[in-house]
Amino acid sequence: MALSKVNFNSMNVTPSASKAIKFNSSNNGLEAGDLGGNLVLLATQTASSSATLSFTSSIDSTYKEYIFKCISMHPASDSQRFQFQADTGTNTNYNQTITSTSFRASHTEADATAGPSYKTATDQAQGTAFQTIGESTGNANDESTSGTLHVFEPSSTTFVKHFIATNNSSSAADNSQQDFKAGYFNTTTALTIVQFKMSSGNIDAGTIKMYGVLSWHLQNIIIIVLI
Amino acid sequence: MAFTKYNYNSFDLTTAASKGLSFNSDADGFETSSGGSMTLIKTLTASSSATLSFVNGSSDVVLDSTYPIYLFKFISIHPATNGADLKVGFRDGSTAYDATKTTTYFSAYHNEAGDTSGLAYDDGEDLAQSANFQNICKSIGNGNDESGSGFLYLFNPSSTTFVKHFISNAASYEANDYILNIYTAGYCNVTAAIDGVQFSMNTGNIDAGTIKLYGIKDS
Repeated sequence: MALSKVNFNSMNVTPSASKAIKFNSSNNGLEAGDLGGNLVLLATQTASSSATLSFTSSIDSTYKEYIFKCISMHPASDSQRFQFQADTGTNTNYNQTITSTSFRASHTEADATAGPSYKTATDQAQGTAFQTIGESTGNANDESTSGTLHVFEPSSTTFVKHFIATNNSSSAADNSQQDFKAGYFNTTTALTIVQFKMSSGNIDAGTIKMYGVLSWHLQNIIIIVLI
Repeated sequence: MAFTKYNYNSFDLTTAASKGLSFNSDADGFETSSGGSMTLIKTLTASSSATLSFVNGSSDVVLDSTYPIYLFKFISIHPATNGADLKVGFRDGSTAYDATKTTTYFSAYHNEAGDTSGLAYDDGEDLAQSANFQNICKSIGNGNDESGSGFLYLFNPSSTTFVKHFISNAASYEANDYILNIYTAGYCNVTAAIDGVQFSMNTGNIDAGTIKLYGIKDS
């Protein structure tokens, strides 16, 4: 017996490209909507003795906030700073002007020292260097840095572009170091690309995931019906 | 020939508002499903606004036991008045945003000239059992390209047992060309549910900017 399948236009809803079908808010009909949650995975970069990891697409006005999750970033060389920069349009120099703050809470494994401190070595004042977001990361087999970087409204052509980063590192000196960095790209040109690297040597291993935070209501789910 | 279309109630499951339809875990039936863990509830956009308010049950805002954690994202907040502070207040039963709070406030700062930087606790901005609004993004410049951005988590606002904690982190393009990295945390020292949150500048309007409210479930 032939199997009858319901086609896309068999539902009592107006089809919309790349949307799912869901119950409407009054629960008395169907409507087209977006898939997934409000945090949309856009790209994943995995390091393998990589000099840099670059995100060169999908950074535009689609999202007002982008979140980069940096997971177990392991430097090839000992005691490295994990850094990022951005650029505009088709430029690939990664040298946008940054003013930033940098401070850290640290605690040694030996419980010998602990406390917060401002880190002038890794802040910037209208600088164009890569911004450090994780510091002194060790390269022993079990050492790495992980954290989150938020970039707000990179497509704005009105405002500077703020970023906030929090990373924790297992340092070369056997400290747990939580680094707090924040600042702004002092430009009103839209940022379109973001690059990560170590201050020296390769990124031996690690994964960076870029998410967009959606600006509208989302619900699920795909509907597939067989009859 | 007439074309028959399936309606919302044509499927073998109990329907639910704003839910999707998916196969169940045994792949032998349908069930309703939701999206990811973070759900956008409401977006407010300032336009020379004195306040931006999120009130449970009003204008499609949900701020109750539906979610254990709520997240506010404030993006490119531009004050009408130079050096104004973005502040937040919480509603605990009445129409006033005057829930009693005890808070901490510290920030890292660095100027564009590169000659001043530091990390400092600011006891002028913390609160001790105060009904005042809490500063969460200080001294934002009102130059055309200046603004403040950040986020605020509010935990378990519907609890009638515990105080209600909140944690905020913000970046401010300060009026004197500093970047401020601001950390604020505290609790509403009330056991009444928090059902409304209001943002305002300490002086003048919120000229422009967006505040988004998300619910985070099962977290």
